[in-house]
This record gives sequence, structure tokens and C-alpha cells, in this order.
Amino acid sequence: MSSLLEVKKLKKHFPVKSGGIIPRQTGAVKAVDGVSFDVKKGETLGLVGESGCGKSTAGRAILKLHEPTDGEIIFKGKDITNVQGEQLRKLRQEMQLIFQDPYASLNPRKTVEQIITEPMKIFNVPKRERQKKLSRLMDVVGLSSYQKDRYPHQFSGGQRQRIGIARSLALDPDLVICDEPVSALDVSIQAQVVNLMEDLQQEFDLTYIFIAHDLSVVHHISDRVAVMYLGQIVEIGEVGELYRNPKHPYTQALLSAIPEANPHKQKERILIKGDLPSPSNPPQGCKFHTRCPLAEDICKQVNPELKQVSEHGQQAACHLVKEVVAGH
Amino acid sequence: METQPNLPTEPPVNSQKTAHPKSPSLWLDALQRLVKSKTSFIGLCLILLLILTAIFAPLIATHEPTSQDIINRYQAPSSEHWLGTDELGRDIFSRIVYGTRISIQIGVIAVGISAIVGIFLGCVAGYFGRWLDLIIMRFIDILMAFPSILLAIALVTVMGPSLRNAMIAVGLVGIPQFARIVRSTVLSVKETEYIEAARSIGAKNGKILFSHVLPNCMAPIIVQATLSIGTAILDAAGLSFLGLGAEPSIPEWGAMLSDGRAALQTSPWVVTFPGLAILLVVLGFNLLGDGLRDALDPKMKQ
Repeated sequence: MSSLLEVKKLKKHFPVKSGGIIPRQTGAVKAVDGVSFDVKKGETLGLVGESGCGKSTAGRAILKLHEPTDGEIIFKGKDITNVQGEQLRKLRQEMQLIFQDPYASLNPRKTVEQIITEPMKIFNVPKRERQKKLSRLMDVVGLSSYQKDRYPHQFSGGQRQRIGIARSLALDPDLVICDEPVSALDVSIQAQVVNLMEDLQQEFDLTYIFIAHDLSVVHHISDRVAVMYLGQIVEIGEVGELYRNPKHPYTQALLSAIPEANPHKQKERILIKGDLPSPSNPPQGCKFHTRCPLAEDICKQVNPELKQVSEHGQQAACHLVKEVVAGH
Repeated sequence: METQPNLPTEPPVNSQKTAHPKSPSLWLDALQRLVKSKTSFIGLCLILLLILTAIFAPLIATHEPTSQDIINRYQAPSSEHWLGTDELGRDIFSRIVYGTRISIQIGVIAVGISAIVGIFLGCVAGYFGRWLDLIIMRFIDILMAFPSILLAIALVTVMGPSLRNAMIAVGLVGIPQFARIVRSTVLSVKETEYIEAARSIGAKNGKILFSHVLPNCMAPIIVQATLSIGTAILDAAGLSFLGLGAEPSIPEWGAMLSDGRAALQTSPWVVTFPGLAILLVVLGFNLLGDGLRDALDPKMKQ
């Protein structure tokens, strides 16, 4: 399978300004700090990490809703890092975003019909086709056609999220970035929406980047998973492999926090101490060393690169994990 | 405020429930809340009364508003002249009735000028930010540094005293309030996720501004416009009182006050009734504006 999207050393720094009339830049919040990965056509890449690790920012930088500070984004073989204006607008048809908060992401003054058909209006789809697409989309996301004249405030969270999903599919995108699409929903609704998204992936031949902090949801939907910590990817690999055999101490700690259904099963919890350091002043060396239970001297000085750690292509950024050369 | 929330319960997905009629929009909801509040209902009644009076003025008025009858000047209220006559023997009741037309005209035109210019400036400043914001808002600050009535007087003096120029002056003086309110609302609305969603589906700036941002800024704009109409009528009356507004024959309430003030001690009705009319109309718009503010506040909707 070929790569649909390739991200190389992507950085997004938000300037911190201070001073009175003429503000000066006094620092930067390094929300995303050198992230590289690729997404193959038709797969789902899970992007996990705790709040504030830069996963949403990375997603928005790929969509160019945030201007990337540095790095390269290659989509369908074309470098789109510096695409602007009309070209960028055209590109929007091929990449879409599903939002976390179904309450904030729908314009309260528009009806469902207006919300879902707007992307098609913008790209001059003829009216008859729009109407056809509208009823098809409402049908596939599980809304009834009599609801098209209603306003968002008349729907529940789960239904609103379905509206948002329908809107993102209106232009037949290739890549959909899902920014925590279920974390604002009730647990009972989460499963419905996740299953819906899986069905839609089949039906519309979609590629997902699925951003989440819920590890079980990511396990369920993803083919591959990337774990982010403080603006960097610390581990990336096939979902089964990574969940069974995590190499990076941070991934191990995260996975040990998943609740176990069997109360008698003894499980070793790896607890990480302290809080996430500030991304405007990240620690030297390995960014995780301040909280890592295994940290050694080298971790405080040298920032580890991602390296191959298993024969199946799993990669981790940790000095303490042995590199495995593929094929051996 | 006692409205029962009409929250949708999550129906089972795909269930074909009985088709619902087209559901009420947010605006309709707000209107229901508005009518339920006593004070805003009084305001609404006063304004309806004003509008009806203006429309049916020729039917309501007992005399021609401009016909003079010098012999019967300064008549006290009687069955012939319900609110008495002024220094030229004109019927005060009829003049007040016709004055409603002038007042509505002043209110709508002056506030229209303030609103159109203010909304435009506020939108541009809030949405595009940076140097445009800086320039526009400093200009607004300068406008605000003048006492508003003084600025209006200066403008009318430059343009020449007439009712039309008074309306323009009052309108210009009201721009800063609109610009500020719109700018601050735009600033908060443009950060919402549905604006980001609009950008992510490739909408252009103009489209985002007019079809997504502005409709969500309407609530504070409507409140401000309602409150401003009251102030505009008051300001224009002030200008007319100073002789900078309506020409003497026009039955403008402020001008009537001005003309009658010489006879305040001997014939108090000449100033009392136009004053009361101004009071009621301004009160009506203020009550309605306050009621609208509550009714359109999403936080009141539980």
C-alpha cells in the first residue's frame, strides 16, 4: 500500500508574546516538535497521548488550519506544506476534520440541511446533486430525512456528532482527521459512533487519523498507533504488537492504566509521577526523563530518535530499548 | 423564563417516529420568552402603540398639526383641545400624534446609520484583526473621547441645522457603541469550532464572516439597536431643543419643548405633554431592549 500522507519533522510552535504597545516574542509553546509518520491509504492511524501533548495541534497543522512552523507535509505525493489561497481551498475537499465537541462544532443558526450541504455549495455542486447527496448522507449516518429542517440544539450529543460526520463526508474526502470524535459522548453512544465510523470507512474508502486519549477506543478502531508525549512521537507500531508488547516506558505506563475487566487478574500498574512538563519549556534530553521510572544519565542529555525496536516495524524513541535491525 | 425546555430525547437511531412539524428556531424561542416577561411586554406594548399612532396619525389627530389659531393660544386642556394649545394656538395633542412619525423616522434612520457603519467596522476589526483592528479601534476611541451630544452639535453646526442633518449627526455619534459590541462578539465567535469547521470545508473569509459569524452576533446587535433607538430619539430631541434640528413648523417633540419653555410657568401643558411622550417612548425601547437582552441570552435557556 502506498502512503496517502507523509509527515516529516512537523513542528508547530505558538509564539508567546509579552510587552506593552509593541509586543515582543519572548518564547514559544512547542505544541508539536518534530513529528514524523506516514499514513497508508485505507488504514486508520491512532494518535494517542495525554491532554496537552499536541495531538490535536498536529492534526490541525496537517489540515493547515494551523500554519506549520517547520517540517513537510506530503499528501498524495505532493508537498502541501506551503500551499496557500485558492489551492489550499481546493485541497480542503480531500481532507476533512471531525470535531471533538458536537455542541460547539455546529453553527446553532443553521439547519441540518444547511450544515450538511454547505461544503457542496462552496464547491458548486448542482442543487439536485446536493439534495441527493444530503439524503444519502443522512441515511448512512443514521438520521431520518424529516430531521433535516431542525436546528442543532434539538439533537442529542450523539446525533449532533452524526451531523458533523455527515458534513465531513459531503465532499468525498480521502483523509479524515478525527479529533477525539467520541470523547465528549456518553459511553453508550461512543460505541455506536465508533462502529458507524468503521462502516463509513468501508463504504467511502476513507483513511482516518484517529486522535484520542481513550486507549480502548483506539485499540478497537486503529490499524497502527502512534503514542505522543510533549509534542513528539515516542512510539509507533501495529496496534496488536504495540498493545501486547509496548517498548517505551511511557507507552507501558499508559497501557497499564487501562482498566481490566477481570477483577481477579493481578496487574502491575506502572505509575508515572508528576505532571506533564510545560511545552514552552520542555526538559533537556529525553522529554520523558523527568517522569520516567527508568531514566538514566544519558536520558537527561540526549533526545532519543525513533528507532526500529521489533521485526514488525515497531519504532520507539528510548535509549534503553535495543534497536532491532529489520530482517534479523 | 418559565418555559419548559423542549429538549429532544435521543430517539433510537433510524426509528421512523411520527413526523414532527417544522420545529421552532432559536429566534422563535426567544420571542416566546420575551412575551412572557412582564417588563418587556410593557415595552413592547408602548412601542406597538407608538407605531400604530404613527400609521393612523391622520385618523387619531383632532386638528391639523400645523394650523395656527393665534386667538386661542395657550389654551388649557379642554374637550376641544385635549392637551391644550401652544404659543401659536396649534393643537398639542395633534402635534404629538404627528410627532410619532418624526420620532420613528429619527430612531430608525439614526440607528440604521450607526448600525450599518458600526457593524461593518466592528466585523472588519474583529475578524481580520492586526493592523486593521488597531486603526479602526483607535478611530473609534477618538470618537468616544468626545461627549456625544457635543460631537452631534459640532457635526450639525458644520452641516447646517436641519432634521436630516440632526439624524445623520446622531447616527454618526452612535457608531462607536455598535463597533465595539460587534467587535467583541466577533472576537469570541470567530474562535468557536463551527467557524473552524467552516474554514476546514473551504469557505472563504467573506462567506464565513457573513454567513457564520454575523448571524451569531445578532443577539447583542438587536439589543443594542433597541436601546439605541431610545437614545437617538432623546439626542435628536436635544438637538431640536437647541434649535439645531427640526424646523419650527415640524411637530418634533424636542422642538415643542423648546418652543414652550418660555411659557413653562403660565402654561405648563405646552412642555409637559411632549416631554411625557419622549419619556414613554424612550422607556418603551429601554424596557424592550432589556427584555431582549434576557430573552436572547443563551444562558437563560436551561
